[in-house]
Amino acid sequence: MKRCFLLFALAVFGFSAFAADIFNILDKPWDEGTELLIKWDLSSVIDSIHISRADSAGVLGIVHVSRDAKGEFTEGKLQPDTTYVYSLIAFLRSPKTSDHVYLSKTDGSALIVTSRQFTNLPDTLKTTLTIDSSPKYVSILKAEGFPTRDWFNRKKLPLLFLLLVLSTGILVFIVLAHRGTDLFIRRINGLDAMDEAIGRATEKGKPILFVPGIGELDDIQTIASLSILSHLAYKAAEYNTNLIVPCKTSMVLSAAREVVKESYLRAGRPDAFRNEQVFYLTDDQFGYVAGIDGIMIREEPAANFFLGTFYAESLILAETGFGTGAIQTAGTAQAHQLPFFVVSCDYTLIGEELYAASAYLSRDPQQLGSLKGCDFGKIVLISMIVIGVIFEISGSTWFTSMLNMVE
Amino acid sequence: MILTLIIGIIVIVSEFIPHPPFGRLTQTFESWFLIIFGFAIILGQISLVQVNLNKISRREENWIYHLIGLISLFVMVVFGLLWGTLETGGLLGQGESIQAAIGTKPFDYLFDNVYIPLSATMFSLLAFFIASAAYRAFIIRSFESNLLMITAVIVIIGRTSFGSFLTGWLPERFSFFHIPLLTDYIMEFPNTAAQRAILISAALGVIGSSLRIILGIERSYLGSDK
Repeated sequence: MKRCFLLFALAVFGFSAFAADIFNILDKPWDEGTELLIKWDLSSVIDSIHISRADSAGVLGIVHVSRDAKGEFTEGKLQPDTTYVYSLIAFLRSPKTSDHVYLSKTDGSALIVTSRQFTNLPDTLKTTLTIDSSPKYVSILKAEGFPTRDWFNRKKLPLLFLLLVLSTGILVFIVLAHRGTDLFIRRINGLDAMDEAIGRATEKGKPILFVPGIGELDDIQTIASLSILSHLAYKAAEYNTNLIVPCKTSMVLSAAREVVKESYLRAGRPDAFRNEQVFYLTDDQFGYVAGIDGIMIREEPAANFFLGTFYAESLILAETGFGTGAIQTAGTAQAHQLPFFVVSCDYTLIGEELYAASAYLSRDPQQLGSLKGCDFGKIVLISMIVIGVIFEISGSTWFTSMLNMVE
Repeated sequence: MILTLIIGIIVIVSEFIPHPPFGRLTQTFESWFLIIFGFAIILGQISLVQVNLNKISRREENWIYHLIGLISLFVMVVFGLLWGTLETGGLLGQGESIQAAIGTKPFDYLFDNVYIPLSATMFSLLAFFIASAAYRAFIIRSFESNLLMITAVIVIIGRTSFGSFLTGWLPERFSFFHIPLLTDYIMEFPNTAAQRAILISAALGVIGSSLRIILGIERSYLGSDK
């Protein structure tokens, strides 16, 4: 019994005296399943290691090269829920035969295949490959990795934090407004002039043209535009002014028609609404602008409203409307189109003013509270910019690197 | 509005949770939107035909153009259905005999020789409108308009070879005043800073607007404030 125990102890000591090579592939925690963490810890003295990943044909391609016996490496841009086979090839400093053939390609990259695979390669491919006989000894370890989607993507933690801070600020101001706190909102000239524009159109007996942009219904600018259309249609119904709303997409047509119809109903003028007021033109960008230009020249509306998403057609619309002498109000969050609207239109809603328009026009306290919440958000972002600049100037990059986590 | 609240919260949450089913929810909703969009196209075509037919039937001014528009619509639909477009065949196959005669399918022929030139014509109007807008905008009137004028002149000249010609003789220590470099500086720093400020404020507006819609505070896009 004592002899058996001694043999067992010797065996355990013998194994522990020769530390085993470790090659592990682990799923990167808290990610979206596109990264694997590759760790190695080799006991032998090495010259270099090559880590290769097998493709669907089993051919290995090198993904990482290192001279460290111990280390780790993260490979990204992988497909989630897919098994990946890795091979660690350690070039040691003593000779030994190997069953693998180490090949160099003409573009400088490396390829490793088994002897059988090398034998079966077509001759046309073999001529482009060079057998590299410099490695004296190859030790190969294999492992598999399986990246999985986790319940939280830690790279988006700063984004989540910022979203919570901004949303909380907006909700706090909404609650304050709901309780009757008086909140100051600056004047937005473009929106104050809306009544003036409608009145002018009514006096002249000319229609109002409202262009909801070329965005789809899932575009937040289009939603904001339709919110303004609701107020505008209500006023137009009250003043008995004709309203023309050409739409670029069918979904926007459906929504805009309902918005205008409801507004006429609220104003007590359901009989004045006609389906032809809100109509579909074309899905094509320049076909749409050509149609609207034709409407502006033929119908000569006294007031034009360009609110929503616009691209290259913005200047064509605004200049044509300017040529007809209409009072024009434009609004978009497309920064590149704003200069064109500023030049050609009487009033321009810049960026956030488009999104604030509905709250501003309705004068609903809760909606106005959300505008103050956005101002709070601006203070937060300005503070973060100033803090980031101070840190960068002082040489500390942890603040910006933390924010750079977000992909 | 309950649907808006639920879907809105799910989409926001799925942005941070890659694990199924949340990781695929956004793509699923987008697929649903595309399916609904396909059906909604029919609504648009019906509206187009109705509006134009009404104007033709009432013989309104320039009704002939509405008739041309309708004819164009039906011709393209018929050609596309019968012989298809590009590699896709139609009800009558690939139309080899027509392709031999005109070199391409009828739909593609009209697209390449009618639609593309018309679209390019509309796009080319921008050149003239930019000139007229710039002529009106660049007026020396106040400090800000003077600044705009000077900056615009520097950028316009700097973007041409004339700018290099004008200041190419400057020594190295005055290279900052080399007009093309000055142009690049203006576009890279003040211009980018201003655009980013607009983008930041617009992004905040999007958050505020989205929260109002998700929480049901703003309902005017549905047509009613009540």
